[in-house]
Amino acid sequence: MKSWLMHHLYVMQVTLRQLRTTPVSSLLNVMVIGVALSLPTGGYILLQNLQSLSDKLVGTPQVSVFLSMNVSQEEISRYSKQLQQHSAVSHIEFVSREKALQQLQQSTGLADVTGGLTQNPLPHAFIVYPKSKYPLALEALRDELKTWPKFDHVQLDSEWARKLEAMLKFGRLAVLILAILLSFALVAITFNTIRLQILTQREEIEVSKLIGASNSFIRRPFLYFGLVQGLLGGTTAWLIITVSLILLNLNLSNLTQLYASNFTLQHLSASDSLTLLVFSAYLGWLGAFLSVSQHLWRMESRS
Amino acid sequence: MISFKQVSKRYPGGYAALKNISFDVNAGEMLFLTGHSGAGKSTLLKLIAAIERPNGGTILVNNQNIGKIRTGAIPFLRRNLGLIFQDHKLLFDRNLFDNVMLPLQIAGFDHRESAKRVRAALDKVGLLKREKALPIALSGGEQQRLCIARAIVNRPSILLADEPTGNLDADSANDIMEIFKSFHQVGATLLLSTHDESILRQFQGRKLSLKQGELQA
Repeated sequence: MKSWLMHHLYVMQVTLRQLRTTPVSSLLNVMVIGVALSLPTGGYILLQNLQSLSDKLVGTPQVSVFLSMNVSQEEISRYSKQLQQHSAVSHIEFVSREKALQQLQQSTGLADVTGGLTQNPLPHAFIVYPKSKYPLALEALRDELKTWPKFDHVQLDSEWARKLEAMLKFGRLAVLILAILLSFALVAITFNTIRLQILTQREEIEVSKLIGASNSFIRRPFLYFGLVQGLLGGTTAWLIITVSLILLNLNLSNLTQLYASNFTLQHLSASDSLTLLVFSAYLGWLGAFLSVSQHLWRMESRS
Repeated sequence: MISFKQVSKRYPGGYAALKNISFDVNAGEMLFLTGHSGAGKSTLLKLIAAIERPNGGTILVNNQNIGKIRTGAIPFLRRNLGLIFQDHKLLFDRNLFDNVMLPLQIAGFDHRESAKRVRAALDKVGLLKREKALPIALSGGEQQRLCIARAIVNRPSILLADEPTGNLDADSANDIMEIFKSFHQVGATLLLSTHDESILRQFQGRKLSLKQGELQA
């Protein structure tokens, strides 16, 4: 057990030495792997952030009803009662045009614009909270409310969220395809690096086999190399993303201040970061394994 | 210890390197394989180490049938053999010490124990003082001695040497043969191929003569 451990430590040392003897090509390889991995990972992060943004905005679905400008106070209270008694409605909220203007001034930092208005352009509005959350029920309610007189504009607020959700789904598929393709590229990069290494260590492999080395003994240093290279590539990808997010968030804070919001892009979670590193290490290992196995197989079929 | 029964070996293309070979080697014996180049001496040694596979017959080494050995078992067979190659097969990117260390690393020996064994092996072939040198700095005879050190560091019971004195002058060849003799005296089984008549005259031991792949009586 102890000698086994010592051997693995020794192989690890050899691997690190190997990396150090070819610093430029090792660095380039690690960079290529890092960039390749950072693309799908970055896409994944953007999607995650959009997802959490849409989740935040669409807590409960609501239907906004904008009344026509010439509606009277009695009509408002009548509609209010009718809505509250409607079977599909859980509760409603009335937003008067004055209140709406006030909210607009407060929330979006557009006070300068609204201050220049000579009259309030906003209509009275109801915010209707439906009982059901199902898209079909929501659409039915919207369509019904549209037919009511003086209901100028009826808008299902979750509609854009559904569109966004569909787009996110599409985006996720695109990121997945990108990730699969770049994974192949990563395996190919390692495969080729190891192939070149094998060529320079051909004699050592041949002699080792002649004096009793098993295939796993011969594979081991290359597997370590692939693993370490993949891991370093994964770490590079993580760093690329971290720096990018810091830069983006700096700029984003300028942008969101204008809109009086404090939205920031979230980094990968700890478990996602770990997955990235494990996955990249595994791909490096796999590329190395395929490369050495192919070489050993060719050696054996030759003799 | 080693037993050949009606062994034949054909190379792809139909060339018959060995035809119907049968012989036994006893434990502790020193056996010479003789014959002109192309007679099949190297092929015979390669069959024992499973570097080549026979086309027919049975080869037993320590009662294990080498002709039918699994690929996965070959490394363990070779760890019990000391192989000495005509072209040495040394690694020129590392010093003498590390060259001799390789079989022990492969077999998974403890590092400190290995270092002792490596120095003992180098001492036996008279290269201990040069353990830090690179093989390229050695003469032909010294390279052959280094190859021997690597073959014996595992303390194998069987040593196989293919033309160990092949390209050496008479003095170096004698040095090498004296080393083999000392192993023979401590009980190792040796199988040496050579076409050097003076060595055959000088040293005791059974001689097997090969001619065009067949054993001569």
